[in-house]
Amino acid sequence: MRRKDVLDLDDFSAEELTEVLDSAVSMKEVLARPIKRVPPLRGKTIVNCFYEASTRTRVSFELAAKNLSADVVNITASGSSVEKGETLVDTARTLQALGADMVIIRHPHSGAPYLVARELDACVINAGDGWHAHPTQGLLDLFTVREKLGSLDGKKIVIVGDVLHSRVARSDIWGFTTLGAQVVLCGPPTLMPPGIETAIAEGLRRKGGNGGNGATKEHAAVRVQYDLDKAVEDADVVMALRIQKERQDAGLFPSLREYSRLYCLTRARIARAKFGALVMHPGPMNEGIEIAPDVAYGVQSVIEEQVTNGVAVRMALMYLLAGGRSDLAV
Amino acid sequence: MVAVATKPLMGDTRSGHAAPVLIRGGRVVDPANGIDGVMDVLLVDGKVAEVRQGLGIPAGGRTIDADGLVVAPGLVDLHAHLREPGFEYKETIESGTRAAAAGGYTTLCCMPNTEPALDTAAAVEFVRRTAKATGYVRVYPIGAITKGRKGKQLAEMAELAEAGAVAFSDDGDCVENSAMMRSALEYSLIVRRPIVQHAEDKALTAGAQMNEGPVAARLGLKGWPRQGEEVIVARDVLLAELTGAHLHVAHLSTAGSIEYVRRAKQRGLRVTAEATPHHLTLTDDLVAGHWWSATASLAPYDASTKVNPPLRTNEDSAALVAALNDGTIDCVATDHAPHGVSDKHCEYALAASGISNIETALGQLLSVVHAGKMGLAEMVATMTSRPAAVFGLPAGTLSAGATADVVIFDPEREWCVDPQQMFSKGKNTPLAGHFLRGQALFTLVGGEVVHEH
Repeated sequence: MRRKDVLDLDDFSAEELTEVLDSAVSMKEVLARPIKRVPPLRGKTIVNCFYEASTRTRVSFELAAKNLSADVVNITASGSSVEKGETLVDTARTLQALGADMVIIRHPHSGAPYLVARELDACVINAGDGWHAHPTQGLLDLFTVREKLGSLDGKKIVIVGDVLHSRVARSDIWGFTTLGAQVVLCGPPTLMPPGIETAIAEGLRRKGGNGGNGATKEHAAVRVQYDLDKAVEDADVVMALRIQKERQDAGLFPSLREYSRLYCLTRARIARAKFGALVMHPGPMNEGIEIAPDVAYGVQSVIEEQVTNGVAVRMALMYLLAGGRSDLAV
Repeated sequence: MVAVATKPLMGDTRSGHAAPVLIRGGRVVDPANGIDGVMDVLLVDGKVAEVRQGLGIPAGGRTIDADGLVVAPGLVDLHAHLREPGFEYKETIESGTRAAAAGGYTTLCCMPNTEPALDTAAAVEFVRRTAKATGYVRVYPIGAITKGRKGKQLAEMAELAEAGAVAFSDDGDCVENSAMMRSALEYSLIVRRPIVQHAEDKALTAGAQMNEGPVAARLGLKGWPRQGEEVIVARDVLLAELTGAHLHVAHLSTAGSIEYVRRAKQRGLRVTAEATPHHLTLTDDLVAGHWWSATASLAPYDASTKVNPPLRTNEDSAALVAALNDGTIDCVATDHAPHGVSDKHCEYALAASGISNIETALGQLLSVVHAGKMGLAEMVATMTSRPAAVFGLPAGTLSAGATADVVIFDPEREWCVDPQQMFSKGKNTPLAGHFLRGQALFTLVGGEVVHEH
């Protein structure tokens, strides 16, 4: 992999995405072994730098690094020099001086990992920045869909909910469209980023098409629809996003009750999608609000597998960033 | 780069001892007098003595050969942040006026968002006194509209005006309350000085980081919609009509705002407006850096692109240039906003807003001229006679008897913007590493050279 950092999926080619996903297949095989530990990152120091609360992403990165035999150091905003007013740039320079080989960063402000990456010789992986990007979530979502459906090409992916504030949605959009899928964003207009369709179309144009597949030839790679019942028709994948109560306080939707009435993934709605369509959620879920419990734990749900796959994908990414080759067995 | 400067005595009345200066053979552009041709300019006793062809060299005087150069009235800026008192690490009156001289400016009006704010006669007098003692160019303070710039109680405008405030503004903050804005406009009739509004409906711009649109959508940054400016411009135009007062709209950034100003002018209201070099020439795709533009050298989220109001789109900047050309927008104003390194080298959302641009403004405006979108004489007018007229300042002309404030610039000279070479303490410019075509070579205040390149 010819890059220092993974900050978003917007600059990944279809070939690069496929390289990571292929490598993650090998890593998933490692995870199925009785002893999950392999040696490629022995002697490397990986710093997990989380400025926001997180369970699954932080633990997933830590396990992925340990499975590759790296040494892992965890930093959180509370209990570190951040509480003493140390700036992000200072923290980055400190990590550089301490000799970190790879830095995983989760930060509440969009773009913060770019600032860190410029200060560091070490590899930087974005574990979620503000509303902007969550590339490893995007990769694990791609991995999960590809594993279940064989290919992304021509598939219809519906992402439902608060797209405006969602870094998961933004990274998923780049990943899915680059591999030839069509993405429909569904949610209240108040939670849609103004100009998102133009943004993606422009980004894909500059990237040189969406992976050379047919999806954008007839349809826009991304479109917005407010009516979930219509949006889910013929969908191959339906993904709910977490809705936060504070968006109601900001006047963006009237009540969780009405939100749920319009945008909850229910059995009736999933029944309108393709037979056997996948149900996904990046977690943590608000059951009964954006997703009905029987759907979340139903046969079409791959939500728990997303979490498992997250470890494999993060192992693959760290392995490749550290100079590993996807065609070599681990 | 060699730059020489002497600091003149900035008394209320010029010393009058400046040696005569003959500026020979330049293209003299003096829009106030309709002059645009190759001739000589003679400065004697700190005043413009004569402008015509074939002037002789005065005894004991200096001759500046301006062959191939443009000789114009010193540039006039209605909107600069000098940061003193309170934020001397960002800029001082000395460093800011030195930067202004390097940019070709001889007169600037400084905004009152200092600490303390310029809301008392003492604070206004402090700025004038410090400018006299340490400044390189003429400084006219702008007083606060409200005490502490908090929008609650009117500042003592009459006393501020007596102390030397040439206009009033809460710049950086909008006077949001409609009744307060009405009062400010009405009360300003006593002193007959303009109310300068920073138009921003904060409910629409809460947490906003950049222009709302595709680039913000991609970057995951909260958008600052154009309407956040336009609702205030529209309201203020109505209040200007109600009160008959002089409303000056600061840093217009959207095509929509222009229409409200145009309608106000058509109705004969006393409404004027300014646009900044960055809103005239830069757009929001810079925030995405090299992601969006193949030619951009900036990294994504470079906070040097953060400014309030934010950089907009091509349609907006084209409309601003057109409105500047047709007179709907009266003048260029820099909104020079210097910041310290740590104010900008941080997360985008935490970064301070503003661009340090008083040294690049002329080159930026000349890029509009070089692109064929504006005539050179018109450009000079928008930076000299037209801003001077908005605030009624005794500046911006080479009329005989006028103070000898002159800029001599080379409209063709290419130079690379290097923040470390800038005189301003604020190195915050998104133009770092860019080439500009056109630069001030001599700046004279009261007949004395305050900057020589």
